[in-house]
Amino acid sequence: MKLLRAVRMARCIGCHSCSLACARLVHRVLSWDRAGIRIRSSGGLTTGFEARLCLGCDPAPCVAACPTEALRQRRGGGVIFKREPCIQCGACARACPVDAIYLDCEQRPYVCIHCGRCIPFCPHDCLALVTVDAEPIARGQAASAATAPRPADGERAPGEGGSDEEEQGDG
Amino acid sequence: MAERQFQVLAVDLATGGHERLAFGGRTELLGGSGLAAGLHAAFGHPELPAEDPAQPLIFAIGPLTGYFPLMSKVVCGFRSPYHNQYAESHAGGRLALALRFAGLDALVLRGAAATPSCLVVGGERCSLLDVHYLWGMDALETGKRLRTIVPEAAGHRSILRIGPAGEAGGAYACINVDTFRHFGRLGAGGVMGRKRLKAIVVLGDRSAPTPPGKSYASLFQTLYGRLTETDVMNKYHDLGTPRNLIPLNDQRALPWRNLQQTNDAAVTAISGERFADELLLRNSACAGCPIGCIHIGLLREQFADRHHYLYRQVSYDYEPIFAAGTMLGLTRPSDVLRLLETIERAGLDAMSTGVALAWATEALARGVIAETETLLPLRFGEADTYDRAIDYLASGRNAFYERLREGTGAAVAAYGGGEFACLLGQEMAGYATGEVFFTSQAYGFRHSHLDAAGYSFDQTATGRDVDAAVDFLLADERERVLLTSMVACLFARGAYPRASLAAALEAVGDGALASDLEAAAARIQRLRWRERLATGCDLDAIRIPRRFHEVTTWKGPLDGAYLDALGRAYRAALRALAAD
Repeated sequence: MKLLRAVRMARCIGCHSCSLACARLVHRVLSWDRAGIRIRSSGGLTTGFEARLCLGCDPAPCVAACPTEALRQRRGGGVIFKREPCIQCGACARACPVDAIYLDCEQRPYVCIHCGRCIPFCPHDCLALVTVDAEPIARGQAASAATAPRPADGERAPGEGGSDEEEQGDG
Repeated sequence: MAERQFQVLAVDLATGGHERLAFGGRTELLGGSGLAAGLHAAFGHPELPAEDPAQPLIFAIGPLTGYFPLMSKVVCGFRSPYHNQYAESHAGGRLALALRFAGLDALVLRGAAATPSCLVVGGERCSLLDVHYLWGMDALETGKRLRTIVPEAAGHRSILRIGPAGEAGGAYACINVDTFRHFGRLGAGGVMGRKRLKAIVVLGDRSAPTPPGKSYASLFQTLYGRLTETDVMNKYHDLGTPRNLIPLNDQRALPWRNLQQTNDAAVTAISGERFADELLLRNSACAGCPIGCIHIGLLREQFADRHHYLYRQVSYDYEPIFAAGTMLGLTRPSDVLRLLETIERAGLDAMSTGVALAWATEALARGVIAETETLLPLRFGEADTYDRAIDYLASGRNAFYERLREGTGAAVAAYGGGEFACLLGQEMAGYATGEVFFTSQAYGFRHSHLDAAGYSFDQTATGRDVDAAVDFLLADERERVLLTSMVACLFARGAYPRASLAAALEAVGDGALASDLEAAAARIQRLRWRERLATGCDLDAIRIPRRFHEVTTWKGPLDGAYLDALGRAYRAALRALAAD
């Protein structure tokens, strides 16, 4: 099982190519919000950039908060979103501790599906799909995976299509 | 089928009233430069001066903005307080995408606010905030405060603001865009100041549909690959534009000390390589561009003994290094960054500021002006003095600095010294390459090194062919106006040949625009010049000062007869173009 990680964000130049690629390819929209990964500065452009994206919690607080099971637990971390049952209540976004779920103006959620299609668009290899244990992992371990083995500098990140079981956004 | 029109938000700053308009024809104006000129023709008042609040301040994007990489710039169209004529300035940052995601092709601001204000614009928002408490604050501090005052869409917004120079209506006050980018030249910041508009925040809080069909995604992939997987853009993100310092110096084409020299062995101390090795902190990018050409230097300053330091992050490029470095005889990169930061805070255009202070330095040395005017013993190479002079310039410390803030030409009119003023329509850009560049900047549409590659013609042409040079300048301007109507970064001109632009327009459903780009480029080139001439431009009134005639490059002494012939022919060609 693989999770998308922003493993080298210190390299980020703030071009938003990842967000735009996710919106364009996964959600079929031109946007820097309606995407599973979103880039912002940490408090002004002199402070560098951070990526807002799903950490792959298991169990995921957003799943627990969803009243209609539109969000279900993804094996190995993260979530699977089904558009049909979603009542656009926004509970998932409020439950996410790291603000990884974006709600559009209709309260429709956008969350990373860990497909890796954004990765080839990062000019500095900030992003990577990182292999995690396929078995359900205990509470608290998901976050630690973010700091687990960092791919070595120069290692090319895998291309798109890293995961094939998620539903493709709301395209 | 009815032609698609532009979505324009027109705001009356006096009342806060606003309306979304469908404007113009996309096939006729394309966007960017064409749209800005079209809007200025519709909303401008040729009979009124630049400082009249009724004059519009226009920001326009293009049909490809946000859809393809490097389509990341915005054209600002305005009546310039520098020469009281129609002008354009271009900037990047996040503004282009923020406008796209606010659902706007252009923003038109008219009138003057009753109190110092901040305009907030988004997909469904347009409000004018009273920010009188920010008036007088420098441009960097203003940006920090605005992030708190307008917390919405953090990371996905653009913050434009002016410093004290803009508040005073300075003729070369800039608009700071997202800390590191600028609408720099010809005084767009002064226009904002006259409108009592301290800041504009554009919230990119909506989305746009992607074009139907598969061709868009496929073409995006192709163009993205061309930009990121080949070496076509290397020079822009490696050393960046400062790589030009040593080659130009070697060609005896780098202006030093108010263009008294074009070469100095000290260039190695202030070269692009030296900046990169010693001060480059990181690169940054405009939103939607993976290149990362913005070079940010780390300025470390000891502010007290016992190892107490502060640090600043200052963006640098070739032109600012020329203006705040070689032109002032400075050879320490940290001194250049220090001045650039002061210029940034003041909200001045770096190029005009450096060149104006270089003139003042020589004028003082020659006794044209006295220290009672400059208040400071300006001398080439002395950074501390220049640092204070920049503040005097921004604040208009006395009558002399008030004059100089209106442009070197305004100071020359009052004090003399015009023969050594480095003016080519406005303060020169950093290319003493010879006759064609001097002609290009002096008479070009924006008086900019970006109007056409006249410097390149100087560097590559073997003969002195007036007709060939003028044809080149006109054709190159036409190519560039096409890109600036899309609105592409001009660094992308090698990556977006005509066929790629046409394919990109087809892919986003603007095939009608792609059908005859040659005619469209000529039409917009003409439209811009007509707008410029309608607002009082007299090409014959522009003189190239004697200093330029004294330049010696690698080709030898400047050929005055060739320069004169080029000027005559280019002016005639521009008039014919506008009248066509």
